[in-house]
Amino acid sequence: MAFIPHTPADVAAMLATIGARSIDELFEEIPPTLRVKSLAGVPPELNEMEIGRLMSERAALDGTPLSFLGAGAYEHHIPAAVWAITTRGEFYSAYTPYQAEASQGTLQMIYEFQTMIARLTGMQVANASMYDGASATAEAALMAVRANRKSKSARILVPTTLHPHYRAVAVAMASNQGLRFEELPYCTAEGITPAASLEKYAADDVTALVIQQPNFFGRLEDVDALTDWAHARGAHVIAVVNPTSLALLKPPGEWGEHGADIAVGEGQPLGVPLSSGGPYFGFMTTRMEHVRQMPGRIVGRTLDAAGREGFTLTLQAREQHIRRAKATSNICTNQGLLVTAATIYMSLMGAEGLKRTAAASHARSRELAAALTRLPGVRSAFTGPHFHESVLLLDRPVAPVLGALAARGILGGLDLAPYYPELGPALLVCATETKSSADLERYRASLGEVMQTARAA
Amino acid sequence: MSNVPAELRYTRSHEWVRTLTDGTVEIGITDHAQHALGDLVFVEVPEAGRTVASGEACAVVESVKAASDVYAPFGGEVTAGNPKLADAPETVNSDPYGEGWLMRLKPAAGAIAAAGLLSAADYTKVQDAEGG
Repeated sequence: MAFIPHTPADVAAMLATIGARSIDELFEEIPPTLRVKSLAGVPPELNEMEIGRLMSERAALDGTPLSFLGAGAYEHHIPAAVWAITTRGEFYSAYTPYQAEASQGTLQMIYEFQTMIARLTGMQVANASMYDGASATAEAALMAVRANRKSKSARILVPTTLHPHYRAVAVAMASNQGLRFEELPYCTAEGITPAASLEKYAADDVTALVIQQPNFFGRLEDVDALTDWAHARGAHVIAVVNPTSLALLKPPGEWGEHGADIAVGEGQPLGVPLSSGGPYFGFMTTRMEHVRQMPGRIVGRTLDAAGREGFTLTLQAREQHIRRAKATSNICTNQGLLVTAATIYMSLMGAEGLKRTAAASHARSRELAAALTRLPGVRSAFTGPHFHESVLLLDRPVAPVLGALAARGILGGLDLAPYYPELGPALLVCATETKSSADLERYRASLGEVMQTARAA
Repeated sequence: MSNVPAELRYTRSHEWVRTLTDGTVEIGITDHAQHALGDLVFVEVPEAGRTVASGEACAVVESVKAASDVYAPFGGEVTAGNPKLADAPETVNSDPYGEGWLMRLKPAAGAIAAAGLLSAADYTKVQDAEGG
């Protein structure tokens, strides 16, 4: 099949058929003041040789540091088979195909992905994926406003324990559509969102409450109490979850008495390398009763005219090619390649493998926190259970300490000063199953030396 | 030729209107409209208590091939959305002028008279002009 869509002769024939002089004429209704004349700041094109060299140089800048950085993107072991299979020509496309049903293999793969994600989250239906965890969270807020028809306020309660980037993306994507995001404070002793912080909203019309589990600090929120509080007041619950953690933690479909209404998250931990920050993929799930308000593509299993099993895009009346301006979202694709990798990763790991990965990450993170807090000038910020990240408080500013560690080839974590200045010098650290005891000891010894040097100076 | 009951009034966008004894009105889509849409798989009706303006999209009918908005023929307050359609959207296909009603409205004062509703005969002409 040729993928060169239109020759100049094709275009001329089509324009002649509809009586238009040029393609530009079709866009005349867009006022000239709104048109972009040329793209500023876009460099000239590079050929394959040049771009290959540029990318190699950029990749080399990353080096191979020992990383204890988490904060939304996590280093996990990826079995070699994952990307060996994903990069086969049959799968190697970033896109959902346009003539979708001609690509049964791709559709089946997406269907299997949806099934795995729905089971992992304990929810009834999943879509074919979103761009990333942050945009999936914003789409979930927009979806909640459509789905919660009893609420008129378009008011979304967002704990400050939700990833700061997710909060910023949600505001950027949805505030111009009339949504109001109100931030809930956290308990500075425990690092979680206390149910008491919700009480001032008890009599208000709240459309949805967002709950991240584990939260940005790696702490476990009291998801049952928060979910039941929201449902008792007619608010929907949007769960933002780490897929690896779900192998151990209660899935959002079982939170509280009725479960979350929408569950989203960042899919990167499932077989996607860190790659300097992307591309990653988001996932989104919901209950069957809300499926028509869900954005994105959904693949269904069906029978063809001859009674044979087949796969098809379904519930498309939600989407913009049918619903135009009233579509549930302008997302009309999925992260096909990354979802392929995630599906293969989940298949290879299985429920048991994912559970071992989660348990090992949790154990490593505990060992790390225990080792580091034995150092003078380092203590834990919060009491209570964590998944695989925790916040440490230092007796001096974090940024210079991280700089000194980086010089020793260690990414020591995230400085929380720009996001949570009220904590004082605070460092978010993560350890997954990829870290050996020797790695943890190297970090402990290096941090001890760096702190001691700083103290002496 | 589709069924156009003489006792109802119509809009150019293929809604029908029936005035009930209590002064509220029942609204649905015509036989012509349900036939053009094909088998309905989903119907979204407005919540009771919602105030709608004339011409406002207030319900959605979705078939296997398209999704269409249904417009309020005049302004008023919704007194009921048909609760049966959530589980049985095909009722709109089988009984568009009866059990398949979409919503009931309490019209704003003078709203019906200002709406320019069509008689059955005039609505039939609209259909004919559309090739229906």
